[in-house]
Amino acid sequence: MVFDDRSPIYLQIAEQIKNDIVTGALAEGEQVMSTNQYAAFYRINPATAAKGFAQLVDDGVLYKKRGIGMFVAPNARDLLRTGRRDSFFADVVDPMIREAKAIGIPLKDILQHIRTYGEA
Amino acid sequence: MTAALTVRTEDLSVRFAGVPALDRLDLRLAPGKIHGLLGRNGSGKSTLAATLAGFRRPDEGRVLIEGGDLGAAQEPYENAVVTSRVCLIRESGDRPDAVPVKHAVGLAAALRPYWDADLAGELLDRFEVPLNKKIQKLSRGKKSALGVVLGLASRAPLTIFDESYLGMDVPSRNLFYDMLLADYAEMPRTIVLSTHLVSEVSAMLEEVVILDQGRLVTQSPVDALRGRGASLVGPAATVDEFTASFTVLAEERLGGTKSTTVLGDLDPALLAQATAAGLEIGPVGLQDLFVHLTGVKS
Repeated sequence: MVFDDRSPIYLQIAEQIKNDIVTGALAEGEQVMSTNQYAAFYRINPATAAKGFAQLVDDGVLYKKRGIGMFVAPNARDLLRTGRRDSFFADVVDPMIREAKAIGIPLKDILQHIRTYGEA
Repeated sequence: MTAALTVRTEDLSVRFAGVPALDRLDLRLAPGKIHGLLGRNGSGKSTLAATLAGFRRPDEGRVLIEGGDLGAAQEPYENAVVTSRVCLIRESGDRPDAVPVKHAVGLAAALRPYWDADLAGELLDRFEVPLNKKIQKLSRGKKSALGVVLGLASRAPLTIFDESYLGMDVPSRNLFYDMLLADYAEMPRTIVLSTHLVSEVSAMLEEVVILDQGRLVTQSPVDALRGRGASLVGPAATVDEFTASFTVLAEERLGGTKSTTVLGDLDPALLAQATAAGLEIGPVGLQDLFVHLTGVKS
């Protein structure tokens, strides 16, 4: 993970952890690194890491066990997948259609590609 | 956060032969955070660092250091209680050169109330600084490493590294960053890293102070600066229309196309309008923002 300087790092941390949960790299119920471990590993300020983790706790993706650490919430994956499904067409499909129209790819070619690629 | 110190400057000015190096500076460094002191060469970073550490007397205004076991605010200049708790590490070393490394270590151990001998031993080992060698015989990198060792092992409630680590090679600098973060996690204290290499340290900072020509340009949480600028590219007239109400940091023209970098948060409605009008909008990285904020105005 390399952080860029174009958006707040705490948001990038939250995104990365969400991504790990959606892909299954981090399992529900699994303990995540402490903020100090995370800060040391990625060489970032511990307060920044803590802010990213706090955001995930607010979002219901992580929860705290006092004195033990932070864990992935039992329903975190569903929660995140639902959120991403809601924005999938607006974020992913619509821009693709705009681009296809701009460069003259007929929609039927796209459908054909989706069928071939999806079944491969 | 047992011992971390708070720093304030009030109307602080320092002049060299009448020329201001620091010009009526008002700032506050919150306790227990890692602060970046950023600015170009000659911006006043080193003068500020030296004045905070009591190496230099203000010409006007004052520096106040408080909190931890100091209690009420005190000025650092000619004040042994404060200066024993404030550690400034500079490239020059500020120490006799003709003695072996172990003498410098012994001196620091005697002067620093929070000195950690185990940590010093571990750091000397990891940075491979030879104890019995005379300091003047060390390479530039090892001299810098010795400074870093003394700065970290002093565990001073206010620790300032004034570009002192820049003499080290990349693996040693990375080791410094790792050891700094590890020991800071164990004993949070107020740390100031002065540098002009913004991108290398920015992720480790919580707040930044940006100086230019002895004046405060901005003080802000570093994450708030990320994404705070925007560049708008498109037909010159359209770009001008959208950037009219913003602080313009830089402008470039190529034929009828113009690229303007502005400071400030563009609200989503305005962004949507600008996109609809055919402008390309991009974020501005911290390093670029720093260059624009401290650059020579054209």
